[in-house]
Amino acid sequence: MSDKNGKSGPGVRGRVVQLWKFISRPSTAALGTLLAVGFVAGIVFWGGFNWSMEMTNSQTFCITCHEMEQNVFREYRETIHFSNRTGVRATCPDCHVPKTWIHKVARKIRATGELFHHFAGTIETRDKFEAKRVQLATNVWREMKETDSRECRNCHNFDFMDYTLQESRASRRHQQGIEEGRTCIDCHKGIAHTLPDAAFEAWNTMEAALRTEAGG
Amino acid sequence: MYKIIRRYSKLTALGVLAVLSLVTVTALSLHGTEKAMAQQAAGGVQSLRGETDIPDDNIAPVLPRQDTQAGSFERAYRQQPPLIPHKIDGYQIDRAANQCMLCHDWPYNVDQGAPKISETHYVNRDGVALDEVSPRRWFCTQCHVPQSNARELVKNDFKSAVDLE
Ligand code: HEC
Ligand code: HEC
Ligand code: HEC
Ligand code: HEC
Repeated sequence: MSDKNGKSGPGVRGRVVQLWKFISRPSTAALGTLLAVGFVAGIVFWGGFNWSMEMTNSQTFCITCHEMEQNVFREYRETIHFSNRTGVRATCPDCHVPKTWIHKVARKIRATGELFHHFAGTIETRDKFEAKRVQLATNVWREMKETDSRECRNCHNFDFMDYTLQESRASRRHQQGIEEGRTCIDCHKGIAHTLPDAAFEAWNTMEAALRTEAGG
Repeated sequence: MYKIIRRYSKLTALGVLAVLSLVTVTALSLHGTEKAMAQQAAGGVQSLRGETDIPDDNIAPVLPRQDTQAGSFERAYRQQPPLIPHKIDGYQIDRAANQCMLCHDWPYNVDQGAPKISETHYVNRDGVALDEVSPRRWFCTQCHVPQSNARELVKNDFKSAVDLE
């Protein structure tokens, strides 16, 4: 069949067939080249991809933007997740960027929106930031509600807590929380940053909205 | 020899005194320069760090720890604002938000099982009842404080109203 076509002239069809032959029954040399090129390209792309994922997953990167540095970062420096008894620090990505690959990529893609808002100057001044803060906080809360505070649970776990060592109110509330199916952010808001005006109202509205969504 | 000393005794005494005072003054001033040099190294500033040089680390002093206890502290007299029996480190209390409300304001207190804020706190200075804690009661730690195991600053023999009865 292919021979017939080849004789009838070096048309487009013939070229396609030749290429197909090359690919389907390649010589050793061709195979070698293909593999080598593929291998190198793979390393370059995968490495570059991973490198950029790693690079953008550090606190130093987050605070290159003054919006992050001058507001949330400065507040966070006063909190237990920055400096504590045990010397374990939780950095921005620890709480805000998922660890699992697929969720991480999804978050990074969404984060390109931050880039847009950075250049648009949405929260470039303290006043603008304060004005938009409730909304940003609500976004984070909503996400944590939906993931059952996944990022907190990368470090903390109800199962690993020694309730006899906790303050009595913490121990009691945690055990009740497990029974009631509550998540960390339900009770621990504003642990790393200052809460904005009307934060509790915004939380209640967000929770009500989530309930109606779940309800039907 | 003895005679000579006796003749010039006043002079000798004076001489000895002069030498002694010279030595003292030199020693004192040397000590002074040392101190000044140490201060110079610290930028001339005498701070809470004491004479520790800027690049050196100070040893952290032992700080009093907070007393926490299940339930609550006893009151010493009828009008006493109840003492806080738990940690409040880092709780935000400012114009924008008050973290204490998240557990003590109605209806959150029902959920958290914490004591409800007294109704008197919801009345403003004109006697009008509000739905929120009145601004004049907003800053909880003006009246309610945690306790620590620090030594008393002034020795005292305070007795609670109950003990006095
Ligand atoms: C290019 C500058 C820039 C960098 C770098 C940056 N941010 Fe932001 N970020 C912003 C801006 C601008 C916003 C506000 C977006 C808006 O207005 O919706 C924002 C918003 C956020 C929010 C609120 C999210 C939401 O859903 O509304 C979080 C959380 C956040 N940033 C965390 C981070 C973390 C963690 C990093 C480091 C991995 C980081 N940011 C790096 C500029 C930046
Ligand atoms: C990188 C790990 C890490 C992550 C992620 C993390 N934490 Fe922590 N957390 C810590 C460490 C370490 C401490 C301090 C422990 C100590 O020394 O007492 C701490 C302390 C706390 C405390 C005690 C505060 C106090 O004053 O005693 C709370 C509450 C808390 N974390 C809640 C959270 C919540 C909620 C999240 C998610 C938003 C979270 N943590 C995410 C590591 C982490
Ligand atoms: C039902 C409410 C509730 C839930 C849900 C909850 N906590 Fe707590 N937690 C508390 C209370 C109340 C305290 C004591 C007050 C405080 O530290 O703010 C506390 C204290 C803590 C402490 C400090 C303990 C101590 O003795 O110093 C840590 C750490 C903590 N929580 C982590 C978490 C994490 C992580 C989650 C999610 C897995 C979580 N909590 C979920 C109510 C809750
Ligand atoms: C211990 C976990 C934790 C760490 C560490 C942390 N955040 Fe957050 N962040 C939160 C939570 C929880 C919220 C939701 C609002 C709240 O409860 O304060 C939030 C909210 C935000 C917001 C929305 C605006 C606001 O104030 O609510 C931004 C922006 C943000 N974080 C950026 C950062 C950056 C940048 C860093 C690093 C300097 C950082 N966060 C470190 C837990 C954390």
